[in-house]
Amino acid sequence: MSAPSTGGASRDGYGTGLLRIAHDPRVVVLEADLGKSTKSCHFRDKYPDRTISLGIAEQNMMLVAAGLASCGKIPFASTFAIFTERAFEQIRNGIARPELNVHICGSHGGIHTGTDGSSAQSIEDLALYRTIPGMTVLHPCDDLSTAELTVQLLEHNQPSYTRTARNKTPRLYDEESSRSLKIGKGSILRDGDDVAIIACGVMVYKAMKVADILQADGISTTVIDMHTIKPLDTELVSDLARRCNGIVTVEDHSVIGGLGSAVASHLSTTNPTRIKMLGVDDRFGESGGSEELLELMSLDISDIEAACRELL
Amino acid sequence: MVHKAGAGHPGGSLSAIDLMVGLYGTQMRIRVDEPDWPNRDRFIMSKGHASPAVYSLLHELGFLTKADLDGFRTLGSVCQGHVDMRWTDGVDFSAGSLGMGLSFGLGCSLAASMDGSDRNTWVMIGDGETQEGQVWEALMAASYHQVGNLKLIVDRNRIQNDDFVGIQMEIGDVASKINSFGWAVREIDGHDMQAIVEALAWAESHDSGPAAIVAHTVKGKGVSFMEDNPSFHGKAPNDDELARALEELS
Repeated sequence: MSAPSTGGASRDGYGTGLLRIAHDPRVVVLEADLGKSTKSCHFRDKYPDRTISLGIAEQNMMLVAAGLASCGKIPFASTFAIFTERAFEQIRNGIARPELNVHICGSHGGIHTGTDGSSAQSIEDLALYRTIPGMTVLHPCDDLSTAELTVQLLEHNQPSYTRTARNKTPRLYDEESSRSLKIGKGSILRDGDDVAIIACGVMVYKAMKVADILQADGISTTVIDMHTIKPLDTELVSDLARRCNGIVTVEDHSVIGGLGSAVASHLSTTNPTRIKMLGVDDRFGESGGSEELLELMSLDISDIEAACRELL
Repeated sequence: MVHKAGAGHPGGSLSAIDLMVGLYGTQMRIRVDEPDWPNRDRFIMSKGHASPAVYSLLHELGFLTKADLDGFRTLGSVCQGHVDMRWTDGVDFSAGSLGMGLSFGLGCSLAASMDGSDRNTWVMIGDGETQEGQVWEALMAASYHQVGNLKLIVDRNRIQNDDFVGIQMEIGDVASKINSFGWAVREIDGHDMQAIVEALAWAESHDSGPAAIVAHTVKGKGVSFMEDNPSFHGKAPNDDELARALEELS
C-alpha cells in the first residue's frame, strides 16, 4: 500500500471518512483494483471482512453494491471518476432507479489529475450524475471536508456520487469548521457584496486567492464552496444573485452540465443574473502538470479575477 | 395479460415458467404476508421481460390480484413492463436492462454471508443475455468469492430479440464456459419437472461455491405456433392467437 498523502487531497478525506464510519457494521467497501488510489485501502487494512475486491470490472461492482444495499448494507464503491462513467447505465438502472442506498466515489476527477492525460481526466461526471433522478452529487474541495461529507452519507439514505481529486490543494477547513458542513448547503468561505464566486473542488482555493487580490482593490467578494452540486443550494444562489453585481462559477469540469449549468439554469428561470461560467471548454485535456493544465484551460487565478472584474 | 396489454414477451415467459414453478414450489423460503422479510430467499429475474411469467406466479402465490395482472403495462400499475422491486411485492430486483441480475444476486449472496444467514439467492438469466460482458464479470467474481449461496439458472431457449441466438451471436457450449469460470454446472431439460426439481435440490445443497443449472428450454413452450418462433419474443398474440393458445395450454 502506498503511503497516505499528508492532508490536502480530497481523496485522502474519503479514506479517512470511511474509517470514521467503520463502526457501523452495515458499511461495506467495494474496490475495483484502485483502492490504493481512491484511498479505500485504509478501510481494507482494518476491515478486510467488509471489503470486497471486484477486480477491474466496474459494471459488476455497481450491481454487487446494489444487491448489498437491497439487503440492508450501506456500500461505498470507488474507482476513478472516469471509470464510474463506464458503468453509467448500471448506476442509472441498477442503483438509482430502485433508489438503493449506494455511495459511489470517483477519484482523480478533472483535468487537475494531470499527467495521465485525457483518458483519465473525467470532465463530464458531474453532468452525467446530475441527470439521474434522486442522485446526490458531491464535489468537496479538501480532505477534511470530504471526510465530513463522507461521514454524513452514512445517514443519507439515497444514492450518491462523490468526486474527489488526485492532487493536494490547500486546506480550506480545519477539523472544527468542517463539522459544520451539511450536504445540500453551500459553504460561505468569505462574504462580500460586490461579486460572488461559486466554486467546487480544486477550484475553491483559487477562488479564495482571487478574493484576496480583489480585496486589495477594495472589492468585496463572496466565495462559496458549493460542495453539493445536486441538490443545489438554490436559496443561497438566489440570495447571492440579489445582493451581488454578478456571479462567477468555477469548476474543473466541462462548462456543459456541471456546477455552472446548475447555477445558470436556476437563476435564468428565477432571477436572471449576470453570470460568467468558467470551466473546461468543450474539449478534452492532455498530459501535463495540474497547474499547467488549468492555465491551458483558462482556469488560472488571473482568468477568474478577470471574470470577476468584468461583472463589476 | 400480454394480449390485453397489446405488448409483452410471451416466448421467454413460457420457456421459463416450468423452472420458476419448480423453484417456488420446492425451494423458495418466502412469506406472502411479509414480502420484505429480511431472511427470505431471493429470486433475481434478470431477464426482466419475462415479467408475465413472474406476475402469473406471484398471483398464484397471493402477492398479486387478478386486477393487478389486468393492469399489466398500464399507467400506475404494480405490474410494470419489466419486473421492478420498487413497484411489486415479491419482486427482489429491478430488471429491464440485461446482464445486471447476476451481479446483483452476488451482492445479495455476499450480504447473506456477512449476516451469517442461510438464505439463498437464485438468479435467472437468458441465454442471449450471456452476450453481455457483465455476466462474465459476475461469473468470475462469484467464483473468486466462493459464494455457496448463489444459484444461477440459465434459460437456454436459443432465441433472442431479433432471431435465433445462433444467428445473432452464437454462445456455444455455455455450460462448459460457466464451468470453466469455476462454477459447478448441471444441464437439464428445462421442461422435465422431475429433472428440474432434482437439479434445484442439487444446486441448493452445493454450498462449496456457486452452482449453475443450464436448462434447455423451448421458447413459447406449450403454444404450437409460438414454439421456437423468434417472432414471439416480444409480440402480443392477437384475438385469434390468444384463443388458440389458451386452448392448447388448458
